[in-house]
Amino acid sequence: MRKYLLKRVFYMILTLFLVASITFFLMKLMPGTPYSNQEKMTPQQIQIMNEQYGLNKPIWMQYLIYLGGMLHGDLGTSFQFSNQPVSYLISSRIGPSAQLGAQAMVFGLFFGIIVGSIAAINRNTWIDTTSTVLSIIGKSVPNFVLAVLLQYYIALKLGWFPIADWGSFSYTVLPTIALGVGPLAETARFIRTGMVDVMNSDYIELAKAKGLSRYGVVYHHALRNSLIPLVTLIGPYTVALMTGSLVIENIFSIPGIGEQFVKSILTNDYPTIMGVTMLFSAGLVVVILLTDIIYGIIDPRIRLSGNGD
Amino acid sequence: MEEKLKLSPDSFEALPQAQEPDNEKIAAPSLTFVQDAWRRLKMNKGALISFWIIILMMIVAFGSSFFINHSTLVKSAPQYANLPAKIPGVPINGFNGKLKVAGQWVDEYKQNNVPTGKYFILGTDNLGHSLAQRILYGTKISLIVALVATFFDLTIGVAYGIISGWRGGRVDTVMQRIIEIISSIPSLVIVVLMLIVLRPGMTSIIAAIAISSWTTMARMIRAETLQLKSQEYVLAARSLGESPFKIAWKHLVPNLSSVIIIQTMYTIPTAIFFEAFLSFIGIGISSPETSLGVLLNDGQKNFQFLPYQMWYPAIVLCILMIAFNLLGDGLRDAFDPKSRR
Repeated sequence: MRKYLLKRVFYMILTLFLVASITFFLMKLMPGTPYSNQEKMTPQQIQIMNEQYGLNKPIWMQYLIYLGGMLHGDLGTSFQFSNQPVSYLISSRIGPSAQLGAQAMVFGLFFGIIVGSIAAINRNTWIDTTSTVLSIIGKSVPNFVLAVLLQYYIALKLGWFPIADWGSFSYTVLPTIALGVGPLAETARFIRTGMVDVMNSDYIELAKAKGLSRYGVVYHHALRNSLIPLVTLIGPYTVALMTGSLVIENIFSIPGIGEQFVKSILTNDYPTIMGVTMLFSAGLVVVILLTDIIYGIIDPRIRLSGNGD
Repeated sequence: MEEKLKLSPDSFEALPQAQEPDNEKIAAPSLTFVQDAWRRLKMNKGALISFWIIILMMIVAFGSSFFINHSTLVKSAPQYANLPAKIPGVPINGFNGKLKVAGQWVDEYKQNNVPTGKYFILGTDNLGHSLAQRILYGTKISLIVALVATFFDLTIGVAYGIISGWRGGRVDTVMQRIIEIISSIPSLVIVVLMLIVLRPGMTSIIAAIAISSWTTMARMIRAETLQLKSQEYVLAARSLGESPFKIAWKHLVPNLSSVIIIQTMYTIPTAIFFEAFLSFIGIGISSPETSLGVLLNDGQKNFQFLPYQMWYPAIVLCILMIAFNLLGDGLRDAFDPKSRR
């Protein structure tokens, strides 16, 4: 276990190091300087600025400084957003994004499990068919289309929820639904398949023979066993939520990381792009490691070995 | 004991040839792998309908290039801007040139003095382009992006997977570690970096999608190759001195075809989504170029007043996605009946 963990952490760091290096050198290749958006500056001023930010040093030295700074949580200074440090930009905006992501994940998993198990219990009935059709639609309709429709018909026409911006819980409802429908549909399909499998197994037969109630069979035996593999989906869901946050935060004007990322891409704000890139990569790597460990703990059949694939 | 039965040859009688028992006859004609899968796919109504929808959409989208060229499509015609859909002879509000303005249906065609013979089946956008033509063109672009990206994804993934699985040992370990690292970088990050470096446009989107999505294919192909490697026919081919390349092409790829086809069917909708997503937030293809994502982005700006400008491309995109997903599920069940529930 310890050997496995060490190995995983090593790969984690290697991955992050590679991402940092690749983004650094790609961004150095890009045209544009931090001063393109400032008022006219004399060459002397530019030279002073260069010295101040270490931009007159050779590239390899800048690279080392960048990596060193990253270890201390210093991600450089934004070109665009009033020259604030990137780490400040990110930390001031991570709250809404994290809350939204967590809510969407919980929403998707919770309702996905319910819909999926109801479909599996009522297999081959109209309930099953309806939920299958709905989950295909939920999986296929892009979240940004759904977001625009929700915003217009639920928020603007019906006025049930605020149209945009960030504030109390009611502001988060529509973005959460828009983000969470994809994971919901995926979870429902996954749970249904898993449960249909489990429902055919011998121990379910035994549980029924013991005289356990229908609810008892489903809750204690079928659901628990089909929940375990769901852990493996959390990684892909995290990616989907990160991707979705870009567009959902834009549509609902939520001051989060995704919205910041889009802005920084559109304005060629390289330090911010690098910072958010590192944040997303680190987030995913940590989530993958955590889910692998959790999977090993809750399902003893999966062995955490040092050389497993 | 000594008694012998005196039987004359006449007492034996040969059975007539015609009465040969045919209980061992094979009733059904033998089916190839593909025929068998196709037979099973035909039983799945949703997948079959999706299949024909996709074929139809491809024919219409690609066929439209004979009638619609992009240079006339980008020419703006402000006198026709923002007209709603009008189909002659259809008196349904919303399809007769009328638009709901402040709660009342107003004939926009009369208001803007559009000549009587002129009409647009799906209306026009804010620059006076025919929305129907733009949707056709946009669907074509989206399909091209998705298909080309999937093709590269498939080529890289299959080649990488086969090499990794076939060589085994240290090569395999190194190649798998590389995949592990690449797949733990969010594909969004790869796509965004590629777009920044290559400048937004069709080519860079294709490259970005292809580069970020081949790892799944490579993993599945590798797992299958590891199994196929120990099959007798591969051993036979090896002992006959067949080159590894030929073995891969002649023995492995045909046997991997089901995995490849299923995985491809799932990659295409992902690629369509990614293109639409990138164009929607404005870092992919951008106006005046046209794709489904661009149309959605354009339509979203006026959604409150001219909802049809977003609804039509959204419907086309959703139908396309649903059809590909259903066909993918159908093909998975058809090629791998064990997985069917």
